[in-house]
Amino acid sequence: MLHFELVTPEKLVRSEDVHMVVVPGTEGDFGVLEGHAPFMSTIRDGELQVHRSAGGAVETIRIEGGFAEVNARGLTVLAEKAE
Amino acid sequence: MASLKALKLRIGSVKSTQKITKAMKMVAAAKLRRAQEAAEAGRPYAERLEAVVSSLAAKVGGADNAPLLLKGTGKSDVHLFVVATSDKGLAGAFNTNIARLARRRADELIKQGKTVHFYTIGKKGRGVLARLYRDRIVHSVEPGDLGKLKFDDARGYAEDLVARFEAGEFDVAHLFYATFKTVLTQEPTEVQLLPVPVPPAAAADAGGAVVEYEPDEESILADLLPRAIAIQLYRAMRENAASEQGSKMTAMDNATRNAGDLIKRLSIEYNRARQAAITTELVEIISGAEAL
Repeated sequence: MLHFELVTPEKLVRSEDVHMVVVPGTEGDFGVLEGHAPFMSTIRDGELQVHRSAGGAVETIRIEGGFAEVNARGLTVLAEKAE
Repeated sequence: MASLKALKLRIGSVKSTQKITKAMKMVAAAKLRRAQEAAEAGRPYAERLEAVVSSLAAKVGGADNAPLLLKGTGKSDVHLFVVATSDKGLAGAFNTNIARLARRRADELIKQGKTVHFYTIGKKGRGVLARLYRDRIVHSVEPGDLGKLKFDDARGYAEDLVARFEAGEFDVAHLFYATFKTVLTQEPTEVQLLPVPVPPAAAADAGGAVVEYEPDEESILADLLPRAIAIQLYRAMRENAASEQGSKMTAMDNATRNAGDLIKRLSIEYNRARQAAITTELVEIISGAEAL
């Protein structure tokens, strides 16, 4: 499972283990699965797709401004706004 | 000695003052808890952002094409003091302490022949500084209730500051606010805001693995620096919100206790006056009876 965190300046929105997250990067969307190589990208305003399990329901979260970082611990998305 | 009636009125008025200060203390305690929670909730974001900025800055920092926000103007002639206080008083020495630290640092820099300008956030800080440096205040904003402050407000101030920096209005910006230590102590603090200070990078953060960047490091850094400034301002104002309530709580606790002491003293005085009146009356009756 991929450890996924979504934080805004006001609070920690999500911190959970999921199957996959699709992030709206500045240069195109990218999906992050467990074991992704270290990666960093700024994000554009758009929708974050959270796949809780393979082929399961998809949850979308609207985010604005920020960046995403993938490291050995998982995926961290820092957004200025998330809802 | 004051008349009985005047004393009674006085005791009544002190009692109602005490009721008010007691209520204010309880309100401050409730608000303090919320402000502390808010300050903690913002910590993960600030820590992550800081870590990323410092690791990127360490990579790009030395280069000639490093962003202006990072390398600065190369001079330190004009300093801008961003003094964050609150809009409301009745919080003990909270506002005064921040302004005092700013004043001391300003005087030091002025003595060294530097120019110091002020950018005040909050009515109270402006009030204190305007007395001494009226013509040095370049801009003032009033944030309103610090407890209800949103990140968007801080970002607005940060954008204004960055625009002024890029226009060459100043070389170095310092931020003044009060760090919340405990309910009893709030420490006035100074941090450098611009150019963005580079803390020693937490090296080997990625465990030695090569990190891929999209777009390149410079663009990411250019995008993140203004955010880093906004988050620093936001954090300072959150700290201020907690400090203000802590300071208010202490001040109101003192006021309540003082009112209690005053009531005790006035009651003794009142009882003495009443006793004196009774004694006088008795003396009159007895001497009247003896005269018969």
